Amino acid sequence: MTKSALVIGGGIAGIQASLDLADRDIHVYMVERDPSIGGRMSRLDKTFPTNDCSACILSPKMADCYGHPNIDVLTFSEVVKVDGGPGDFKVKVLKKARYVDIEKCTGCGDCIAKCPTKNIPDENEYGLKTRKAVFIPHAQAVPRMAIIDPNHCRKLLNDKCGLCEKACGVGAINYKDEPKEVVLEVGSIICANGFNTWDAKISTEYGYGRFANVVTAMEYERMMCASGPSGGHIKMPSSGDDPKRIAFIQCCGSRSEKKGWQKYCSSVCCMYATKQAIITKEHSDVDQEDIFFMDIRSFGKEFENYIHRAQDEYGITMHRSARVASVDENPLTKHLLVRYTDEKGEPKSQEYDLVVLSIGLNPPEGAEEFAKIMGIELNEYGFCETSIYDPLATTRPGVYVTGAFAAPKDIPTSVAEASGASAKAGSHIVDANFEPCAPKEFPTEKETVGVEPRVGVWVCSCGTNIGSTVDVPAVAEYASKLPGVVHSTTSMYTCAQDALKEITETIREKDLNRVVVASCTPRTHEPLFRNACREGGLNQYLFNMANIRDQCSWIHMHEPAKATEKSKDLVRMAVAKVRLLEPLEGAKIPVTNSAAVIGGGVTGMTAALDIAAQGFPVHLVEKSDKLGGNANNFNHDESGVSTVKFLKDLVAKVEANKLITVHLNAEVKDIPGYVGNFKLQIGSEEFQVGAVILAVGAAAYSPKEYGYGKDQKVATALEVEKLIAEKKFKAKDVAFIQCIGSRNAETTYCSRVCCTTALRNAIAIKEADAKANVTIFHKDIRSYGFREELYRKASQLGVRFLRFPDETQPEYDGKSVKAFDNILGAEVSVPVDCLVLSTGIAPEREQKEELAKMLKIPISKDGFFFEAHQKLRPVDFATEGVYVAGLAHWPKHIDECIAQASGAASRALTVISKSELVSEGIIASVNDKYCDGCGVCEGCCEYSAIEIVEVEPGKLRSVVNAGLCKGCGCCVAACPSGAMEQKGFKNSQIQAEIDACLDEALGA
Amino acid sequence: MSETFEPKIIAFCCNWCSYAGADGAGVARLQMPTNFRIIRVMCSARVDPEHVLRAFAKGADGVVILGCHPADCHYIGGNYRARRRIALLRFVLEEYGFDPKRLKLEWVSASEGEKFQTTITEFVNTIKELGPTPLEEAN
Repeated sequence: MTKSALVIGGGIAGIQASLDLADRDIHVYMVERDPSIGGRMSRLDKTFPTNDCSACILSPKMADCYGHPNIDVLTFSEVVKVDGGPGDFKVKVLKKARYVDIEKCTGCGDCIAKCPTKNIPDENEYGLKTRKAVFIPHAQAVPRMAIIDPNHCRKLLNDKCGLCEKACGVGAINYKDEPKEVVLEVGSIICANGFNTWDAKISTEYGYGRFANVVTAMEYERMMCASGPSGGHIKMPSSGDDPKRIAFIQCCGSRSEKKGWQKYCSSVCCMYATKQAIITKEHSDVDQEDIFFMDIRSFGKEFENYIHRAQDEYGITMHRSARVASVDENPLTKHLLVRYTDEKGEPKSQEYDLVVLSIGLNPPEGAEEFAKIMGIELNEYGFCETSIYDPLATTRPGVYVTGAFAAPKDIPTSVAEASGASAKAGSHIVDANFEPCAPKEFPTEKETVGVEPRVGVWVCSCGTNIGSTVDVPAVAEYASKLPGVVHSTTSMYTCAQDALKEITETIREKDLNRVVVASCTPRTHEPLFRNACREGGLNQYLFNMANIRDQCSWIHMHEPAKATEKSKDLVRMAVAKVRLLEPLEGAKIPVTNSAAVIGGGVTGMTAALDIAAQGFPVHLVEKSDKLGGNANNFNHDESGVSTVKFLKDLVAKVEANKLITVHLNAEVKDIPGYVGNFKLQIGSEEFQVGAVILAVGAAAYSPKEYGYGKDQKVATALEVEKLIAEKKFKAKDVAFIQCIGSRNAETTYCSRVCCTTALRNAIAIKEADAKANVTIFHKDIRSYGFREELYRKASQLGVRFLRFPDETQPEYDGKSVKAFDNILGAEVSVPVDCLVLSTGIAPEREQKEELAKMLKIPISKDGFFFEAHQKLRPVDFATEGVYVAGLAHWPKHIDECIAQASGAASRALTVISKSELVSEGIIASVNDKYCDGCGVCEGCCEYSAIEIVEVEPGKLRSVVNAGLCKGCGCCVAACPSGAMEQKGFKNSQIQAEIDACLDEALGA
Repeated sequence: MSETFEPKIIAFCCNWCSYAGADGAGVARLQMPTNFRIIRVMCSARVDPEHVLRAFAKGADGVVILGCHPADCHYIGGNYRARRRIALLRFVLEEYGFDPKRLKLEWVSASEGEKFQTTITEFVNTIKELGPTPLEEAN
């Protein structure tokens, strides 16, 4: 029997965990408390630091998840009981009464139109909008189906009305619906419950709930969003006027000992507030945007640059060290007076039209009850208890955690961890008796060869992303007149579940044999639309996209007329090409069921163990003479266990694992090949592997500053850590200088870990000797998440913190450290007998560049590997079968490395657990009629995919190996006789695009 | 040259770097002239000189081919082949008295939205200075 996994929570973390398991042919039950999946991310407008539209990147994942043949999604359901143990859980799930049969509901909305019970605050819009008693959660809801609210429905309350039942054309309304219990048998469980937002009413000093123009960040997110209550136009709630002056108040509910506030840092608010300020500036005519904060915590990938851009390009003012004391309202104008202390400690006040409270992240609602049901423990803050060394495990074996339920965190971290949790969960399911789910069956593809093209065109508004610039109805109207087009329409979000269903159904109803979607970029959305085509019985390659968002509406925001004309041209070109496209089949590629992990540090070892745990062999390649990497230099305790012991145990586990082959002193010479079939070349040896994980790490920055190396008093953080551990640290006057090798002109990024390390060492010094004078010179203290506790503890122990201005650097003369203190407004001199340099993490670009060349993957500006998508594919590359984790991706803490390593392992498992993959259909092919075997193509192929074969005596022909061909088309442009063609990019097809672009008469 | 001249430009972008760079420009909302239309190919080496000649013959005022940076090509060395072909093609164009400035090759990586913006903006300006294609009059 197929054993399943259970994923609790249908937000982005739950979705990613489910997809990873399902892609390994493991059956998944997803249980979501709300009527729609999507979680918090579905309510966001944009995401930092790429400003990607949240709905645009999430909708395809939601559709993938809900439509996945191996995933059963139980929405509006809750877990009520868990029995059993790893490999054999029995989970009782309560399916709450929806009063609408989702097997029948089409999401048409006829019931909603007739419902007389109005003005119920819409929880999905945080009450900024109202809904009826029967409603669809939101426009992009998955499933996009109605639900009746029993607390307001007149029929359910008083047995009156019943209008919705009459309105429903398919008989989906069921007033007698009752909660049902089902028992699921699963091998393992992933908790992805997410988070709740802090209740802003607790901060009475900020006037939320009393003053109309004080809103929370989540409300503001909805106000900014095109699909939100005001259609993306930001208005002052008091008057409906455009706000000109906006203040963002950070740390609402976070980093405080006040009653009802949380002590920890919520990790994401600095970035989301900056994002909101940037997006506001882009879309509205605001004069002034001010962010009030204590420290700016932009520690993630590309975050620091984002903050700089906000200030330099968008003119957003950052008020540092400014805890806002209170907000008062002018009762006449409804304007708000924000009182704060500035950097110099002076009381100040300023007037604003709108105040946005950057509320923090709380544990999910009902976390205590949930923990009891699950038999797991919560930590002191009410989040799921985990340990630094096993960050994805809960206290109950077989039950794992991912996303913000473990600690406040951002989307990419949640996604990487979700993959990681699925690797862990899979280990309880996949054994010798495991039976994978059968592959998905699609309808038989209709015959299209030799049939006159019948093209269907969908033009997407993408909320207002396209629609606010491009005249979408006009483009659709124009498209309807193009040759071959028999159906042309618009949609709000073509990638939403209902629109995809519409495409599938229209293919059948109107007998379409070609489909064009004019929306965003094929790089992210082509697979989704191709799938909709397959569902409709159409070969997936008879589909084409016109990119009218990323490459039109977004880059021509101020020229609507021209952007509309351009969109028409792009649609005309897409239609011209699609008419000539042919049905294609991918070749089947065999897969080697083993992996290579490059780098034998904590990340590499963790990834290797996770892969080996599922029964696959791993080659672990380490360039030095021992495993452990950077962790060999660690000497501190985490979760009460020393890193030295942890590392020793980890190395022992790796060495004892029969499936892991460790290659020490090994230099990777080359890794030719492709997904499923890489050849790992080390020295003179070669190993076949199906996937490659890059865990090559990064190096500690070696300082040149402050006479390091010459002056005995100057040491790095790791050196001091070692002295402290060995109880040899004797200095009495200690100064730490932060951001050495980080956040400066050469290295612009924040190295993320140095603040925490400094706090830990400072605490250790003070605990050993309370009389020691310890001063930390810093720009910001970035002890995000629960690490804030270290900051508090250090302060309580009497560690002094001195913030020096960004553009300056403390001076050191061999005896004392001098710096300008912002608060005192004067130069301060501190005598030292030990100066600790908080050195950052250097990327080791050269080493990465070699691997990047071998595997054809990109490197970011900062010198770290550049993943496929910063938000939703944090450990993948565009090159399939290659993954990244740990410091090679970005500076991070050891627990984050471990979780990400598991994430990369999970992604690799989705490849190597299969016996074969199906290749892209877009490869080169030879027309034998024209080929005379000249060999030009063979000479230019980079992949040795072409061979000149003597088919009969004296007759040479070119032959393409479908498994090796990457489909670049280089040989096609080189072929002198026109015999070589690239499927999907044939000469005739590209020419049709050129002609359609320039020959407007074609469309007119 | 009339001020109302709006050039028609075809931009061939490789799927992996420059097309992604163009998307990146969009994501960053970098604004630029509307005069170009992108044709996506998998690699800059897929661009057959015949495609370029066809575009000019049909009245394009300029053609720009954008590929991955040297050594960054997703297909190992496709961009080097594109570079050789385009260099040769420019030479041929010049031989026929056609200004080779109307054909441009540039490298734009997936993370260089800004470079995409400046490349396109500068090329549009160059073509505006050169004026409408002489071929259209001939047609």
